[in-house]
Amino acid sequence: MTDLPAPPLPRLARLRARFLAAPEPAKRVQFDRPLLPWLFLLPQLAVIVVFFYWPSVQAITSSFYIEDPFGFGSTFVGMENYGDALGSAEYRRIAGFTAFFTVMVTALALGLGLLLAVKADKVIRGRSAYRTALISVYAIAPPVAGLMGMMLFDQHIGPFVKLAGWFGWDMKVGLNYWDTAFAMIVVSVWKQVPYNFIFFLSGLQGIPAAVREAAVIDCKNGLRRFAGITLPLLAPTGFFLLIINITYALFDTFAVIDVMVKDKPANNPITLVYKVYLDGFRGNDIGGSSAQSVILMLVVLVLTLVQFRYLERRVHYG
Amino acid sequence: MNRVKPFDHLVLILGTIFMVAPVVVAFMTSTHTAADIHMNGLTLTPGGHGVETYKTVLTRQGGFTGQVTGARMMMNSLILGIGFAVGKIVLSMLAAYALVYFRFRFATAMFWVIFTTLLLPLEVRIMPSYQVMSELHLLNTYTGLIVPLLASATGTFYFRQFFKSVPDELLEAARIDGAGPIKFFIDVLVPLSKTMMAAIFIIMFVYGWNQYLWPMLMTTEERFFTLMRGIKQILQVWIGSQIPDYNEAFALAVLALLPPVLVVVVFQRWFIKGLTESDK
Repeated sequence: MTDLPAPPLPRLARLRARFLAAPEPAKRVQFDRPLLPWLFLLPQLAVIVVFFYWPSVQAITSSFYIEDPFGFGSTFVGMENYGDALGSAEYRRIAGFTAFFTVMVTALALGLGLLLAVKADKVIRGRSAYRTALISVYAIAPPVAGLMGMMLFDQHIGPFVKLAGWFGWDMKVGLNYWDTAFAMIVVSVWKQVPYNFIFFLSGLQGIPAAVREAAVIDCKNGLRRFAGITLPLLAPTGFFLLIINITYALFDTFAVIDVMVKDKPANNPITLVYKVYLDGFRGNDIGGSSAQSVILMLVVLVLTLVQFRYLERRVHYG
Repeated sequence: MNRVKPFDHLVLILGTIFMVAPVVVAFMTSTHTAADIHMNGLTLTPGGHGVETYKTVLTRQGGFTGQVTGARMMMNSLILGIGFAVGKIVLSMLAAYALVYFRFRFATAMFWVIFTTLLLPLEVRIMPSYQVMSELHLLNTYTGLIVPLLASATGTFYFRQFFKSVPDELLEAARIDGAGPIKFFIDVLVPLSKTMMAAIFIIMFVYGWNQYLWPMLMTTEERFFTLMRGIKQILQVWIGSQIPDYNEAFALAVLALLPPVLVVVVFQRWFIKGLTESDK
């Protein structure tokens, strides 16, 4: 009985064991001082505790309360705020739009970034000029992008509206739900393409010349070569970018949306993060806004878990 | 293999035009008068009123209190960008040094405490963060503007990766020569990290300068407004006006995008290195 292999630990116990085990030292040799590392950690820890953990805990607690609108105390209501949020048709509609928006922005920004990177990787002359031009767009802030988008889609002066008019599309950004959504997606994609381009290009240039040459000898068809060799080798980069782009579409597009709808969504599409802001700051519904915050936190948590557990396994790391 | 491929260039040129044209249009249009823009739409040719528009935007005392000028907003953006970048580098270098180069109890726990912050972006906890700030009486201060943004581990992550790639032999040699932790940090690690520090400075400066939501909530007094906040302001004034100040809005946009774009383009090499190499 004694020499049977140990049964595999249940998942939780395994996690616990990993957490409690002595850390794999980052260095072969390390300093051995009891106090000094804490002194170095102190500033970072202080900022994190005050401005990260405290508000996060507060978000979770206040999501279980309903605050008196006049500021006289608050009442414990259990899961009611969550029920109200998830039960409302408006919330579900916004969640649906957020999902659609995220998929569109992520897919288009990744696709265009990859296309431009592949082309820039192929050409020799002018590569750095293309790169410089694209990088400059990366540095533009989302609200500035939103402002320029507003102008380009403006009813009176916007060239995109005129262009759409030629094709019989009576575009009314700010009035028509899907026209506004279209403009938001275009601006958000525009802002994110350079980031993906930089990473894809650096990933492509990391592929060894020997591998490329071998591929050229083995396979004449450029498209098949791309699908069979380049794409798998780019998978780690693409995977990393996928998560970054989803996070971007969910959260960093806040400014684009705010500039375009200006606190008055009316008939315009908004995303979940924007609703957290509207309910909390414009509607003074602290409990409801906090419950929505917690829901979003869970979404991010799930995304991160998916990142580590499922997707990473199917990706080839060269 | 290296034939000139017209099709590749065509795709690249079209892509680049799509990406850069809005910026060019913004700049060119900002040099026309508002009435001109209202009649003729956006334009790709320079107009003759650039100097006066930019002068107005930079020096006119605007807003409801008449306290804020474009130059003031620019200075606030600069304070936010530089303060954030410097703060980030100091905090995260120290923390990463402790995590990589010291053996101490709870090191793993501290690692998780710090890196959990990567999970939740500021946007999902704005409401409680705002309440904490008002309890601490930090609304409308530069401290309140900058310090809460530092509560994330991106910089620590970058520096930790970098320190781990520094050869162990350096520390061994330094210890044989009798250097203590502080001397090793100042005389060996900081000089070695110069390129990394420059790269992180650029990334973080752009990030700080471009902040929108946080400054918008933290600053109700107009003398603390950043350029990003000014953009929201100029758009709110528009509603109800006969001919909106298109030219001034564009000029403000150009002022808001110029510094980060210049920094990134000039220090391109460091920027790309810092961005792509630290994420592996």
